[in-house]
Amino acid sequence: MGDHTTSKIAVRGCNIGLMRGGTGRPLLILHGGGGAGGWMPYMADLAARHEVIVPEHPGYGASDTPDWLDTVADLASFYLDFLNQLDLTDVDLVGFSIGGWIAAELAVRNTHRLASLTLVAAAGIHVPDVEQVDTFLLTDEQLVRAMFHDEGRADAIVERLKDPELEDIGLKNRTTTAKLAWQPRGYDPHLHKWLHRIDVPTLLIWGESDRVFPKDYAFAYQRLIPRSRAVIIPDCGHVPHVEQRQTFVATLEGFLEGMRVAA
Amino acid sequence: MKIFNFHLMPYRHADLDAIERNGSAWVTYSNRDYDPEKGAGLYHEYLDQMEFADRLGFDGVCLNEHHQTAYGMMPIPGVLAGALARSVKRAKLAILGRAIPLLNNPLMVAEEYAMLDNLTRGRFIAGLVRGIGAEYHAMGINPAQSQERFAEAHEMIVRAWTVPGPFQYVGKHYHFNYVNTWPRPYQTPHPPIWIPSQGSGSTIRWAAQMRYTYCQTLSPIALVARFFQMYRDEAEKSGYQATPDQLAWSNTIYVAETDQKAMREARPHLEALVNRFLKMPTEMLLPPGYSNIDSIKRIRAAKVTGKPQTIEELVKSGVVIVGSPNTVREKLAEYQDLAGFNTSLTKTQFGTLPDDMTRANMVAIAEEILPHFRNRLPQGKQQAAAE
Repeated sequence: MGDHTTSKIAVRGCNIGLMRGGTGRPLLILHGGGGAGGWMPYMADLAARHEVIVPEHPGYGASDTPDWLDTVADLASFYLDFLNQLDLTDVDLVGFSIGGWIAAELAVRNTHRLASLTLVAAAGIHVPDVEQVDTFLLTDEQLVRAMFHDEGRADAIVERLKDPELEDIGLKNRTTTAKLAWQPRGYDPHLHKWLHRIDVPTLLIWGESDRVFPKDYAFAYQRLIPRSRAVIIPDCGHVPHVEQRQTFVATLEGFLEGMRVAA
Repeated sequence: MKIFNFHLMPYRHADLDAIERNGSAWVTYSNRDYDPEKGAGLYHEYLDQMEFADRLGFDGVCLNEHHQTAYGMMPIPGVLAGALARSVKRAKLAILGRAIPLLNNPLMVAEEYAMLDNLTRGRFIAGLVRGIGAEYHAMGINPAQSQERFAEAHEMIVRAWTVPGPFQYVGKHYHFNYVNTWPRPYQTPHPPIWIPSQGSGSTIRWAAQMRYTYCQTLSPIALVARFFQMYRDEAEKSGYQATPDQLAWSNTIYVAETDQKAMREARPHLEALVNRFLKMPTEMLLPPGYSNIDSIKRIRAAKVTGKPQTIEELVKSGVVIVGSPNTVREKLAEYQDLAGFNTSLTKTQFGTLPDDMTRANMVAIAEEILPHFRNRLPQGKQQAAAE
């Protein structure tokens, strides 16, 4: 699965898990509500050309749940501290789902350390009259299946849900996701007012049949972020990096390369 | 023992098959199925039953709060308590309770309860709860903030009742420049606070520490006994001995001439309550963050079977008492001694039970049960526990 290291670091007193692998420009991944998981195949793909950095958010997995953690805005500020502490510059920031929301909130506040922003099936804004599944009324299995265009592809993950060792982590992740996203459901009503501040090239990657944050969200983000472009991947649900990994990686690499050629 | 008439006020005309198809009578069961003519009739039928309970000699009448469900038609219990505050002449009036974390301004509960305490000239009992998980889906309140919002709202309400205003309250969730509740409560220092719960260890500990009456909701009597023992143990750790008056058991009682007749009559209505009105998916009952992870795992494990419950099972495990007057007297005494409570919060109407049967049940309880328990205290257990 490629070389990577797993460690723990403390950022202003909060211990979080951290995976790192590959060499090149730093590519920071902010995971979605399901947690960081392990070193996934798409991370290994990206590590061929980038230094891939995958922190586990406070409140998720093996990371601490600090007293200060209440909102996505808290995590955005936390990751600004994180970027300072690791002294990362020229960062390609990639956020998935709720991690995309964190990334957008971060970029609205400060893009000084960013080279680009990529939002994948991101939460954070509200688009009226778009039907979305209520993930909090789904069983764990239904939730996993709702992530995919082809539900059959979820079988392996559903099988892993039966591992009792993962139950605690799963409940911890769900609890933090509820804390961050229950109300308003998956968005900050004020974020859309400030997305114009994002002044780095921005890519929006969405699955054509995403039922959690349908592709209307990609188009809404595209209208709100000045230098943004949306790519919709066919036969793909809420997790393009899993369901259409090759297309996802090629799309992201193409964007990052094209951006640097243009610069 | 004190015996209260506890009403859930179900929409008993609900289409049970529609509830079954929807998977629950809560949150997603469409209010298209609510018929205002029938509903209005039920409100009056149920309020009449509460007034009847007062005349029959029940020690109190109880209301509660649930949202967006056919299980109970009391999203704002204060409306009904207001209606009863003048017509219930003698019995205590209890709301068990208002779900304070659901409110963005819980100071209004301090006001509402103080008004009811004045209206009843001190016959009011102030129940405070977190609300069940479904409420957090229904009302758009974050379940992961439920415990801290409860703690903060409770603290603010009690201070509003006991500290002369105006004063400032600054919390994490609630912020007020002026807390100065008019009216003040009628009772000193404030109406008795009762805490209903499904048996959360942290709630039991806290209620014992605060010396609040703890009310155990619908559970097998062996479990009730264990929770009440936890309460007495926690009281001892806090340096005092809990009295049976601090423990209330929420149950259902149905009395008829014979055991057989009672079982036959109660069956469809009781089974409708537990298998239709009360049923909901685990995800609805236990939204993430509502309970700590250990509690969620325990409740998930306990719910695995999910098969319908029969009246026989409910009677056998002592969730309910159904039978002839003699059977009911024996069981109630046995359970009182086993668990050590001195208040019975008794549903005399349950599920789809119609008015005539409810009233016959109430009369039977008033005539055959109440007089035998008026001065009865739990025997044996407390002394043993205290030793």
